[in-house]
Amino acid sequence: MDAIVQFLPEFGEAFLVTLSLLAFAGLGALVIGAVIAAMRISPVASFRAFATAYTELFRNIPLTLTLFFCASVLPYLQFNPGYYPLALIGLTAYTSPFVAEALRSGINGVAVGQAEAARSIGLPFGQVLTLVVMPQAFRMVIPPLINVFIALTKNTSVAGAFFVVEIFAVARTAANERGDAVIPILLAAAVLYLVITIPLGFTAGRIEKKLAVLR
Amino acid sequence: MTSVLYDAPGPRARRRSLIISIVGVIAIVGGLVALVMGLAAPRVLPNGAESPGLLDGSRWDIFLDVQIWRLIGEGLLATLRMAGVAAVFAIIVGILFSFGRSANSRWIRLPSTVLLEFFRGMPVLLMILFILLVLGVEPFWAGTSALAIYNGAIIGEALRAGIQALPAGQRESGLALGLTRLRTRFIIEFPQAFRQMLPIIIAQLVVLLKDTALAYIVGYPELLRTTTTYIANYVGNRYMFSLFFVALAIYLVMNLILSWVARFVARRSGPKLGKTGPETPTVLDGPDGVKAAAESSWGSGHPN
Repeated sequence: MDAIVQFLPEFGEAFLVTLSLLAFAGLGALVIGAVIAAMRISPVASFRAFATAYTELFRNIPLTLTLFFCASVLPYLQFNPGYYPLALIGLTAYTSPFVAEALRSGINGVAVGQAEAARSIGLPFGQVLTLVVMPQAFRMVIPPLINVFIALTKNTSVAGAFFVVEIFAVARTAANERGDAVIPILLAAAVLYLVITIPLGFTAGRIEKKLAVLR
Repeated sequence: MTSVLYDAPGPRARRRSLIISIVGVIAIVGGLVALVMGLAAPRVLPNGAESPGLLDGSRWDIFLDVQIWRLIGEGLLATLRMAGVAAVFAIIVGILFSFGRSANSRWIRLPSTVLLEFFRGMPVLLMILFILLVLGVEPFWAGTSALAIYNGAIIGEALRAGIQALPAGQRESGLALGLTRLRTRFIIEFPQAFRQMLPIIIAQLVVLLKDTALAYIVGYPELLRTTTTYIANYVGNRYMFSLFFVALAIYLVMNLILSWVARFVARRSGPKLGKTGPETPTVLDGPDGVKAAAESSWGSGHPN
């Protein structure tokens, strides 16, 4: 127990770093993912092809490789804004295709009649999408999007292996320093992650139930 | 391609779409060319010496050496070994979890639910570290068991959902024949649940294969560590980029093939989602929409 108390300040700061990674990478992924999803269903063929290639490529590269690229290869290519921004770039790039896929599945879930009705009153593609389909789709994709963010929370731990001082990194150094208290230290780190992921999962479940009643 | 989101394009819309397409292609290709030129350009290092560009032959000549490919092959084999062993154990753990979660006794059901939520909410990397430090096993088993437990928890939930989705008559008829509950589960329920959930399980195995790269962090000589650390130390750091690039390409090929298999299986045997009536699939964005919806609401939609 004293080991946890000893590392409490470090854990506190690390928790905030993890939260900020989650917030910024989540926001970035949401923006890029929305653009990719819109490109993927647009009438323009080259955008569709680009968005498909982007999704397929980034989804199938292991996160460790993405972050390795950001932390080692990018500085090697003389782009080095520091490990924290590099980790943000990596996490955003890795998460955005999953956001795009979630949004796209939501768009697929909107009843066809909605889009048909919008088109029949003469709305063009942009308005069909932004006024009729997207608002309904967005409501449906909140639970899967939350799942993406839960995964992102857990994925921030990999940034800890690439020199960002977040929960995993602090747990590792603390466990190395206090070999006698490895179990409590690692359990404390696990609890910090669960403090973020379990309420998120709970919210997703609640929203899902609510929508299930409405539909 | 037509879609419900927009009308079949007329001549003007087609022309406009073509123009945007061409501009888009030029922009995308231009960006790629700029990137490649940037990579290929030689650089002057801070100490005044000039280093050759990343596409220069002197950075790629090691790949003519069979020895290097043998080493890369060893790394690949180590990755596949971990993924294979972890996959077998993940399915076993998944079956156990599905039993625990649907047990009749609350004393089994509640602890296994708590355990499952715990395993699902924790980063795999932390689990690997935990097993490594607390049990003191070698990195291979730390990575393998963490991957088996984590993915097993997810496969277990999938199996449970599959069993629950079966018509109640399946179980009842088994019991009526005089089979024990265990035999009913194994002979009647599991085979059907497995078949139903196969796409999810395969998609989860793609995640598992991807996650073996986490073992890099605890020093297991898998593909990434072999290429970017061991081989790079041996042949010199200037090959780091090329070696990383080759490792990346190998991962991409493996994962794309497995994803493709998952999709193929999903098309053939998966739950038919989005079907409202005969031959009227609710697809808003083309023929692969239903499949994409099925996929992203299931396993491979989870980036973990």
